[in-house]
Amino acid sequence: MDRFTRRDAFRMGAGAALGTAALAGEASAQAGIPTMPATAPSLPLEAGATIRVIRPTKFVDADETVWNENQAKFIKATGVQVRTDYVGWEDIRAQVAVAARTGAGPDVVAGWAADPHLYYDKILDMTDLAEYLGKKYGGWGPLPERFGKRFGTNNWISIPMGCGGGALVYRKKWINEVGYAAPPNELDRFLDMARKLQKMGKPIGFALGNAQGDGNGTANWLLWAHGGYQVDEKGAVTINRKETIEALKYGAELYKTFIPGTLSWLDPSNNKAFISEEISLTGNGVSVYFVLKNDPKTAAIAMDTQHARLPGAVGTRYPETANVLNAMVFKHTKFPNAAKAFIQFMMEADQYDPWLTKCLGYWAHPLLAFDKSQAWESDPKILPYRDAQKMPYWIGYKGPISAASGAVDAEYVMVQMFASVCSGQATPQDAAKEAERRVARIYRRAAG
Amino acid sequence: MDASTWVAKRPEPTALARLFDYKPFLIAVCLFPAVGLLMAFLTYPLGLGVYLAFTDTQIGGNGKWVGLENFIDLMEDPIFLQSVWWTFVYTAIATVGKFALGLWLALLLNDNIPFKSAIRAIILLPYIVPTVLSAIAWWWIYDPQFSIISYVVVDQLGLRDKYYDFLGEPWPARWSLIVANIWRGIPFVAITLLAGLQTISPSLYEAAMLDGATGWQRFRRITAPLLMPILAIVMTFSVLFTFTDFQLVYAITRGGPINSTHLMATLAFQRGIPAGQLGEGAAIAVAMIPFLVFATLFSYYALGNRKWQQGSDND
Repeated sequence: MDRFTRRDAFRMGAGAALGTAALAGEASAQAGIPTMPATAPSLPLEAGATIRVIRPTKFVDADETVWNENQAKFIKATGVQVRTDYVGWEDIRAQVAVAARTGAGPDVVAGWAADPHLYYDKILDMTDLAEYLGKKYGGWGPLPERFGKRFGTNNWISIPMGCGGGALVYRKKWINEVGYAAPPNELDRFLDMARKLQKMGKPIGFALGNAQGDGNGTANWLLWAHGGYQVDEKGAVTINRKETIEALKYGAELYKTFIPGTLSWLDPSNNKAFISEEISLTGNGVSVYFVLKNDPKTAAIAMDTQHARLPGAVGTRYPETANVLNAMVFKHTKFPNAAKAFIQFMMEADQYDPWLTKCLGYWAHPLLAFDKSQAWESDPKILPYRDAQKMPYWIGYKGPISAASGAVDAEYVMVQMFASVCSGQATPQDAAKEAERRVARIYRRAAG
Repeated sequence: MDASTWVAKRPEPTALARLFDYKPFLIAVCLFPAVGLLMAFLTYPLGLGVYLAFTDTQIGGNGKWVGLENFIDLMEDPIFLQSVWWTFVYTAIATVGKFALGLWLALLLNDNIPFKSAIRAIILLPYIVPTVLSAIAWWWIYDPQFSIISYVVVDQLGLRDKYYDFLGEPWPARWSLIVANIWRGIPFVAITLLAGLQTISPSLYEAAMLDGATGWQRFRRITAPLLMPILAIVMTFSVLFTFTDFQLVYAITRGGPINSTHLMATLAFQRGIPAGQLGEGAAIAVAMIPFLVFATLFSYYALGNRKWQQGSDND
């Protein structure tokens, strides 16, 4: 910017005012969100800034309407023109890849968890903003911190905006009928419960087909609950170990109690089976419950539906992860400050809390102060989804978040390892060996 | 100036007119749209795909030339080898099924039946419905919990006490996909063969009937040889479509259970796009080209035999 006009000066003033308002956030923040004093990073807005944002399409209407309202507030407060395009969930990655390669396209992407780590050299450092938000709002949860920082460093490369977690979804009545108050955390008792439910004619069911979300969720849960992991911190393959064999043996026993057909289940299958009362328990996002709750015909099922953490936790190390909505700013943007200011604005409690509340728990907050949000008081049943940001695991645990960890997930290596043992096509030893071969191949190719 | 001194003089053509009179230029201008379109939308993507197959490109990154490494790697990959095998089996069985049923349907429709045009329109339906939609319908039909087939057989007729697990085991899943593919492919075969049948002159059949030929003899000696040229073309296209099938498999099984139904096309997509290994995905796609060329040449030359076309014996 080499020339100032009156209008520019006005805009910069507005930007500064925005910063001040943020500083005084304690007063104006949504009731109930505790904040600590923190100094917002200095982000003088560029004159005539216009930024383009892409993010995944809405899953409930409010997701889009509240986002747009917040965006309009930002435009009004700063004069920065913002346009958000809503992109299909499966198209975001391709658009990010094209933007990263060509150095053109959106300035800000609120996209999927791993993408900032694939393009870390193409995006702006976010350390100042992340540290400010963390300080102000009670710190980041372990999962968003993992996905916000470049692996093995303290440098933030993105701002996690939400964590879409999973939980056990179960029918209280039937669990009680087989003698359990709630699904137990101990794996052997969980198996016992599953066996009794099957005898009663209301079996449990977890997806073991090539289902991106649910299938990988099942496999990773079983693996992590037994202390297994696919690679170590450096990316060396560690899947062929006794913990994995134990997990596979347990998985095969548990599979015997499943409703038939889970080997071909895709992502919607367990939702359908749960809603039609074919199964008593599964693992899923909050969506099943909201479908039940919002349809008068299934209100009775919703009444009897409960959520819980997946079994096999050691202390608070829950064997789970969550899908992170991760916002990044491309270096090719002409207005880096405006882009970062936009993300900051959306994360401040005045904007973030209404969004969180209206999104019905589908996204959990990454900043721990929002544990106190009204969002989690509207319906006590969705409380387990509140804690998605506290999950200690991630796709590709314990290794770096990379193209390779994403590819293992996308090629269903872990799901298929379990599926081959459950279906009796392979012994646990052979399945672990085959998974080792595939993981090693993917990591070798991605590194080469 | 009078007539004796008048010299016929043509006005000098303008530079532009001369340019357009210049043959090489004119050829270039006229060819440009066609060549340009072909280059932009056919040669370039194909060339890029072939190039990518020899690199280790990942999505969002720049790859480097790795020569044949991708292909050597694939040769040692049991999942790829299984997908090649399955692509052939799938294409072979589905093509035979489509042709047997399609030809049968075409012969039926070629006879005089009531509501002929309405019925012809109806059979085109599977072909008109977007594949993804019909794939989702088949997915419901094969659902382990909500299958209409299981519902009728188990809940209504009581013939079995367990629901069918169509997609949970390799062979049932494979047969299920073949059935869905045949269902989708029949209309194309039936309608094109019907068009072929209608070009056969009725007088040939009349002559044969006067000679006392049976129905089978008429089919064997008149219909089959005269239909052979169009059969060859339809077969070629059908093999190509089936070999490169993607949507049905991807929507119904995602290549599962445990990769047992991955076709080369679905595996190429899976490795190339969701898993991000563009180079490897391209290599799988490029590996399809020789098979496709071979299949095309085979069905074209083997079935397009001129002797058959002329109606004489195939010796």
